[in-house]
This record gives sequence, structure tokens and C-alpha cells, in this order.
Amino acid sequence: MNDVADWDWAPGDKCIADVADWKRRFPVVHEYTVTNDGEKIAAIVEQGNKAVTVCVNGELWPVVAERAWSLKFSPDNRLVCPMLREYEWSIVVDGSPWEETYDYVWNLTFSADGKSIAANIKKDNEFGICLNGRSWETRFTEARDVVVSPDGSRTASMVKVRRVATLDIFSFAEGVITVAVDGEAWERNFLSIWGMSFSSDSRMVAAGVNLDRLTYTVAINGVPWERTFSHIWEPLFKPGSYDVFAPVKIDGLWTLAMNGSPVWDNSFVQLWEHRFSPTTNEIAAVVAVQFGKWTVARDAVPWGKTFRDAVLAPVFSPDGKRVAAIVKEDDRYTIAVDGTAWNERFDMVWDPVFGPDGSRIAVKAERKGAYFIAVDGRPGRESYDYLWPPIFSPDGEKVLIRCIQGGKYYRRVRPVSDV
Amino acid sequence: MYEFLTSMELYTFLKGPMVWVAFSVFLSGSVYRVISLLKLARKDRVVYPYLNVKYSLRSLVHWLVPFGSRNMRLHPWVTVFAFAFHLGVIVTPILLYPHIALWHDAWGIRWWSLPEKIADFMTIVVLVCCAFFLLRRVFASEVRFVTFPSDYAIIAIVAAPFLTGFLAFHQVVDHYRLMVILHMAFGEVMLMAIPFTRLHHMFSFWLIRAHTGSEFGVFRHSRDY
Amino acid sequence: MARMQRRTVADLGFDETIKNLSPDKIARTIRYVLEKEAAARLKAYVDTCIHCGLCNEACHFYVSYDRDPSYAPVAKVRQTIWDMIEKKGKVDPETVKTYARIGFTECNICRRCSMYCPFGIDIGYMMILVRRICGLLKVAPSYLQDQGYSHMYTYSQSWVAQDDWVDTVQFVEEELRMNIKNARIPLDKEGAEIMYSPHSLEAKFKTNLLANIAKIMNVARVDWTMPSFDGWDSTNQSMHLGDHETMGMVERMHFSAGFRLKVKKIVTSECGHSFRAAVYDGSRSLGWKEPPITYLQPTQLFFEFVRDGRIRIARKIEEPVTVQDPCSIVRNRGLGGMLRSVVKAACEDFREVDPCLEHNYCCAAGSGVINYGPPWKFLRMEGGRAKIRQLQATGAKIVIAPCHSCHKTIEEMIDYYKADMHVMFISELLVKTMEIPEDMRTPEGKGSDQ
Ligand code: SF4
Ligand code: SF4
Repeated sequence: MNDVADWDWAPGDKCIADVADWKRRFPVVHEYTVTNDGEKIAAIVEQGNKAVTVCVNGELWPVVAERAWSLKFSPDNRLVCPMLREYEWSIVVDGSPWEETYDYVWNLTFSADGKSIAANIKKDNEFGICLNGRSWETRFTEARDVVVSPDGSRTASMVKVRRVATLDIFSFAEGVITVAVDGEAWERNFLSIWGMSFSSDSRMVAAGVNLDRLTYTVAINGVPWERTFSHIWEPLFKPGSYDVFAPVKIDGLWTLAMNGSPVWDNSFVQLWEHRFSPTTNEIAAVVAVQFGKWTVARDAVPWGKTFRDAVLAPVFSPDGKRVAAIVKEDDRYTIAVDGTAWNERFDMVWDPVFGPDGSRIAVKAERKGAYFIAVDGRPGRESYDYLWPPIFSPDGEKVLIRCIQGGKYYRRVRPVSDV
Repeated sequence: MYEFLTSMELYTFLKGPMVWVAFSVFLSGSVYRVISLLKLARKDRVVYPYLNVKYSLRSLVHWLVPFGSRNMRLHPWVTVFAFAFHLGVIVTPILLYPHIALWHDAWGIRWWSLPEKIADFMTIVVLVCCAFFLLRRVFASEVRFVTFPSDYAIIAIVAAPFLTGFLAFHQVVDHYRLMVILHMAFGEVMLMAIPFTRLHHMFSFWLIRAHTGSEFGVFRHSRDY
Repeated sequence: MARMQRRTVADLGFDETIKNLSPDKIARTIRYVLEKEAAARLKAYVDTCIHCGLCNEACHFYVSYDRDPSYAPVAKVRQTIWDMIEKKGKVDPETVKTYARIGFTECNICRRCSMYCPFGIDIGYMMILVRRICGLLKVAPSYLQDQGYSHMYTYSQSWVAQDDWVDTVQFVEEELRMNIKNARIPLDKEGAEIMYSPHSLEAKFKTNLLANIAKIMNVARVDWTMPSFDGWDSTNQSMHLGDHETMGMVERMHFSAGFRLKVKKIVTSECGHSFRAAVYDGSRSLGWKEPPITYLQPTQLFFEFVRDGRIRIARKIEEPVTVQDPCSIVRNRGLGGMLRSVVKAACEDFREVDPCLEHNYCCAAGSGVINYGPPWKFLRMEGGRAKIRQLQATGAKIVIAPCHSCHKTIEEMIDYYKADMHVMFISELLVKTMEIPEDMRTPEGKGSDQ
């Protein structure tokens, strides 16, 4: 059911669950979560003091826990929840708990296809990662964050390799932080790490590292670039290659570097969130062309229009031709596409979703507490009590709307023209 | 030496070409200083985006009106002396009849001049204020702690033309021309010193106040006075 | 260079670190900061200052230390920036230690002096440059340095592990339910209106403060959340350390959390420096003219709650009450009026302090000084004399201080000076006085914590 083409794309409404009824049945209902295909809705529900379980489409899981949190559907529609039972945490998948138990579980993360489930864990005061029910053999003094490789087989975390007493500033200055991949720490330690990412073949890991004051660079599998910079942001592998790109700061201005050398010929007051085109070698990034003037630059060329408050990570259309991003000005949000902002402004807007051919953009938006879908800048007719981001059908003609209206959760398929 | 100092050649030089030199150094130096500061402010990034006319003026007004700021009220004596001094230093030379007469001779322009008595009084005020600042530097520990020889030099630079002018006018010293020569020389020194010493606060005052006033008004939502 | 006597304080962050400094490194660092990073402001300030000493009265250190001229604002510049410029950065490590002592421990960057200088010269800015230079040389109070390192790894000031944070929140939620029926602290709730961002102490030793906030949020029926991931902590000691890079990382993490959770507003803790870091130093260093997400200090939020009737006061405090105006939120963001409005709504007998609002004295603990640990406590106690005298003069028994640093240091000064008063956060005041709606009352708590 993971393939969008296999979903039910027949136009019409399907009422999946009466969520208002859940509020009557349980004293406390946590936040809802839904599957990508919209067929299921779930929430953590509390039946009484320390009697917590999960309700999915109105049905309860057989497990009852003392605590539960971070309930999520994986991309392949499995429902996953870290739960505390008998003072031990484990991860429960579709109602059945993993055998391993932990002192704590957090940062529940999935691989892109959803086949792999990973999370940070603590056990006996040691930290690591568990992947699909098995935790790292080596554990660390501390570990923060989880990154799952594209193939779902590997995990990385930012670890502290030895205990440093509070106030022992000299040990920390030597570096006790590094990246561990599958439980194996890099040989070299750093002062800090910013952004870990895998190459698309899952074999390499890159991270922004801090060697000393004003001495930042990128380390790949633990080996730093030769050149250092006064600051750095998250490095990313170009898909299908081992070329690493990262924003770097030189003489007070930011530019984009590849494998240690600047590749963009101009620089900016700020530069981050660089994204690769799915089809070409192009890179788009958020930049501030001047102090307080934000926009998107494509291959170092900024859009003509700038925005005062903020611009969020750019999104390429599937054909790589167009770029859209959330922009914010005067405390109102909208979407800008190829340098032109929609006229409509919203109190909040979610990431732009391109149709398969890139010609259309749909978003989830909100104004004064009412949610609606906007397509190409035109707000939809209907508003909802709650809504998840829209998804286009494979032919681009229809949109899947997952919404709550009048206390009921609906899965709707509508022709784009009829949103 | 004495002969040279009282010579007619020196007199005509100071009264003629040197005035040109002094004014051009003063003007070009000041323009250069201001422009280079304005340019440098671009590198600061956070200066221009917050500048605001209303709050710049609000700030300037409160600091140009006597007792317009809390600190002026906390230091009433300094406030009185500082205002009297600045008024005297700026207004007296501009509105002094003999100066205007020189302008008239050279350029044929003239404007209203201060009555002699008042001009005289204002000169005394400036000198008294200089003495006050000097004494403050010597005796107020918090000022002494941040006083450098250059601070005395600046007081001297400002006081000298007024003192010599006063002496020349009243012909207290025997040699009138000597006094006039010294007066002209010190005046020209002062003029030329403005762009290159802390005296250039006569320009930077406006710029810094505009920045601080805007910063307080636009961003800090509070008052800087 | 004349300098008044100071007591010797042993701090490894100063004494040990200077041992590794070469004159060359010192000179390079000083020149890098003064010539490459600083620009027009430094030049204008240094060239304009007429050494008049009129800024002295502004500084609480000067006032508290019996008008010792070496504590006057301009004196601090004289002993640091002017000295560096004059010597072109060619100074020995001992001198760097002197700079660090002045920059880190004798100026709270409260910026009061810039309101007293006739030119508006921002001496606080120059002290930030001093901290930047010393911070790059790693010469800084060890406690502060430690917190700076904590930010490098945890993005929080006190080494809070990720699981500790979540565990604490869940624990606080359970406790809260004793008082508020079915109270919730929703983590990671996408699209919530408000993201609350606590001080790391609220996740460690002062969880009761987090509980108070949660209580108020529940009673006011606010759609709120907190991130379970890094970025939840609003503190930023790297700012005080002159580590602009880590400061930027912490603030980017913080605002990214807000963007990821799609919140409309971020509300920081009742804290001054974290507010300043987010709206001022942090945002600006990243290129934002104003914070990219509406950023509130709780004073603003509580003001709105009381004004809009979302919080009702059930019983007012009768004892005389006064306020501490934290520099970061009052002089530097104009929230003094809102602070008074909330306090007056909850207290019968409000006593104004003199001077007040933007003219208020700094508590002597700002800009990280609160964190320097026992060796430096005397500094806050003695430097805060002007502050405590000012508060005592009001005759109040309660001081409302919406800032962690002000709160803690005034509490300690009360002890030190044997003053008969105590300090409260606004949230404590509200929790004491607000009405718990009927439907939220529990049999155990009866809706009250008293
Ligand atoms: S503590 Fe405040 S008043 Fe004193 S020098 Fe620093 S910024 Fe100025
Ligand atoms: S008041 Fe201003 S000009 Fe006077 S000494 Fe202080 S900083 Fe310098």
C-alpha cells in the first residue's frame, strides 16, 4: 500500500472515524496522526491514571502502558509508538512491542521507505540507537539525534566518547564529541557537530565539525577537509555521488563549498538549507542577500524579490524546473515560486507540494484557526477543523485531502479543479 | 622670534592664505571623516536597517534641550556649563563683529552681529567653562581616571583662541598685533584640529545619536534620555 | 595604566588558560576582532568619546562600589579597548586576563550607560567586543566556559541529555494532574499556536517553574507545545562568551524548532538573556532584522492573558509588592508597562521603584555573571548594592522579577543584606492568585497549590 498508485483514487468522501466520539470515550486524547494514504487515523488515548493505549480508527491496541508518546505512522503505514510498561520502555509496532526494552526511547525516525524504524535509546545509563528492534552493540556516555541511511540499514548519532566532569573545560576543549555510525565512533573528536547525513549509497557520512574557535569544516567518515572556515552549516552529499556541499563562511560572508572549495562565485549575509535538483546539477538554497532580506538562490543567482522575515527550505518540482519555498513577511506566510510570491497570505502554511508534472502546487494553509487547501495560490472553498498536507494522485488530476470536519475524520479524493 | 611673531608678513599670511588653508582643511577633513564613517557603517550591517527619522529626532531633541535627559538633571552644574560652553564656542565666533567685518571685506557678505558687551561676556563664559572642565579633569576622580594628556591639549586648543581674542580686544597686552596674530593662529589651529581630534564629535554627535536613538526607539521600545 | 585594587579570584578559566597564549596569537585575535569584525560603531565610539565621565552614574558597579572611578563605564573602555588600540594588540597574557576580568565580570552589558552618555555611546557593545576577543582566546570564567561547551553539544546550557528533557516533561505533566484535571503538556504538536521554550534549569533543578508555566497554559486553555528535540532550551550562554558561532547555532536550532512545529509564536522562559539572545544578538548575527517567528517573553504573554480575561485573578496578594525591571526585557525591549500591569492586576499594594523602567539599575548578575559560580558571588553581592537599596526603599515585601538572573541574585542579596523580602517570578504570582476553572479542579488539589 506504499505505492501512491495503489491507493484508492476514486473521487469521493470516506468517513474513517468519529474522532469526537473518542473524546467522549476517553478522558484524554492526544494529538491525531494519519497514514499517508489517509486510510487510518490514530491517537494516544488515556483511559485513566497511567492507563494509556493507542486508538486507531476507533479500535484500541491490546497493550496498555503507563506512558506513551511520539506516536507516528511510518511511511509504509505501520503505526509505531514508544511505550513505558512496568518501568521499561519499548517500541510498539502495530500493537506488538519489540522484545528489547530500554530506560528511555526518543527521536523515533524512519527510513524513507518506512521499512526501517530507529530511535535513540538509553540503557543502564549508556546511550545508543536501536534499529528495527536491535540496539547498537557499543554504547556511549551520551548520544543525541538519529540519522537513518537511505537504504535503512545504517544509523548515525552524535556521541560523547567519554565522560567529562562538569567544569572540566580543558578536557572538553580537547574534543570529546564525534559521530558514531552503527555504534562505531569516528577516530577523531571535535568540539561540536552540525548536521549529519549519509551519501545516497549509505556508505559515507558527512558532518559539519568544529576543530577550534573560528575553525570549522566538514568531516567525511571522520576525515576533515583540509581547508577550514570561520563557520559552517550542514553538509549534504549530492545524490548519486560522494561530492559534499556545505555552506561555509569566509571573511564574514557565506558561500557554498564543494569538497572543501567554494563553488559559488558570490557570497551572502547568510546561506543555508541547500537542496539538490532531482534532475540536474542545480542547487537551490536559502540566502540573505542583505541583512534582513531573504530569498532563494539557484546556482548562486538569487531571486529578484526578497522577503523580510524568513524564507524556508526550497523545494524543487519533480522535473527540477521549478523551485518553491515558504516565505514570510510582516508575520504572514505564503508560497513563492520561482521568485514570485502568491498574492494570498496565510497565518501559517505548510511545505509546497508539487504535482507530478510540476505544473501545480498545493499546500495546507491556515487562517484564523481554519484550515484549507490552497492550489496555486487560490484557497480552496472548504475549510476544515484540522487538515494534513495534500497529496496529488499519480496523474496529477486529483488531490487526497485528509481532514477533520465536524468531529469526523474524512479521507477525500477531489479533482484538483474542485478543491 | 618676537620679531617674527609680530611681523606684518605673518599677520597677512595668517589673515589671508592661512584662513583658506584652515577652512579647507576643516571642511574637507570633516567631510572625509563623516563620509568614511558613513561608508564604514555599511560593514556594520545592523546600523542602517534600523535608522529611523522620528526616533533620531526624538533623541537629538532630548539631548539638545537643556535638562532634557535624566543625566543632565543628575548633573545640573555640568549641564549648565556644557550648554553655556557650546553655545559660546559656536555662536560667539560666528556672530562676532570683527569676524563679520573680515567676511565682508573678503566676500562682501555680512550678517547680524552680537553687541560688543554680550560677545565679551560670552567669551568670558567660554573661558570660565574651559577652566571648569580643566578643574573637573584634575579634581573629579572619575574624570581624572580617564584623562589623557590629549584631553588637556584639547581644552587648550579651544581655550587659546578665545583667550587671545579676549586679550587682543581689550588690548591688555602691550603688543596688539602679537595678540591678534596669536589669536588668528590658534583659531586656525582649532579649526584644523576639529576633524582630526575628538573635537570632531561636533559631527559624530549627530550620527551616533541618530543610531542610538533609532536603536532605542525602533528596537528596544524605550527611551535613551 | 592605573587600576584600582581588585580582590584576587582564583578561576582556572582565567589563570590556566592564559598560560597557553602566545603574544602573536593575542595580537592576531585582537586585530581580527577590532579590525575585521568591528567597524563604524567602534570607530565612532572611540574617536568621539570625550572622556567626560558623565556615564559613570549609570553604572550600578560604580554606584555600588562607592563611586570607585575604575568601575565607571568609560573606565572599563579605557582599561580594555583603548589599551588594545594604543598597543596595537601587543599585550601580554596577564593583560588579557585583566581585559577578561573587566569584560566578563565588571560589566553586565545592561546598556544603561548608553542612555547616560551625551553621545549615546554604547559601551556595552564595546564590552561585547572585549568578551569576543577573550572568548576566542578561551580566557573566560570557567563556569561560563563550561556552559558554552554544553551549548556546543547539547544546545542547552546545562548538559541536559535528550531523554532527561522528555522524561522531565512527562514527569511534570503527571505531577500537574494532581492540581489540574487532565492537564497536558503536548510535545511536538505541529501547528500549535505557541511553543514554550524553557530555561534549561526548568528541566533540571527547577521543574516547579516548568510546572507553573504548564499550569498557566492549561488554565488559559492555550494551544501550546514544546519540542522534544534540541532547540527546546532558550538559554544561550555562548552569547555571553563571545562565541558568536555557537550562539548562532543555538539560535538557529531554536528557531528551526519553531518552524518545524509550525508555531505562530515562541515564548521564552521568564529569562532576560535568552530573550535578548533570540530577539537581538542571535537573530542579528544570523541575518534576521527581527526574530523570524514572533518571539515573546512571558511578561507579554501573561499581560495578554490577564487583559483578555483568559486568566482571572481570584485573590490578590495583599503584602506590598514591587518589581525588578530586567534590563534585557525593559530597557532593551520596553516591557516595563506590561510587567506593571500584570503585577497590579494580581496585587493590592504595588510600590514603584526609583529609578524605574528603562532607568532601572541592573541587578549585577546579567550577561552570564549569575553563572560564574561561588568564586565570583561577592561580585554580584557587592555590585548589586545599588539594586538592593533601591528595592528596600520601596518598603515592599515581595519583588516580582521576571528573569532567572535577577531572581536568583536578588534572592541571594536578600540573604546577604538581611533584607526582609522575597522574590517571585510572574508565573509564581499568577499560580498563587489565579482562579482555576471549575472543570479543571481536582479533588486532591482543589485547584490550588496552597
Ligand atoms: S554594567 Fe551596564 S552601565 Fe555598567 S558599564 Fe556595563 S553596560 Fe554600562
Ligand atoms: S559619557 Fe560618553 S563621552 Fe563621556 S566618557 Fe562616557 S562614553 Fe565617553
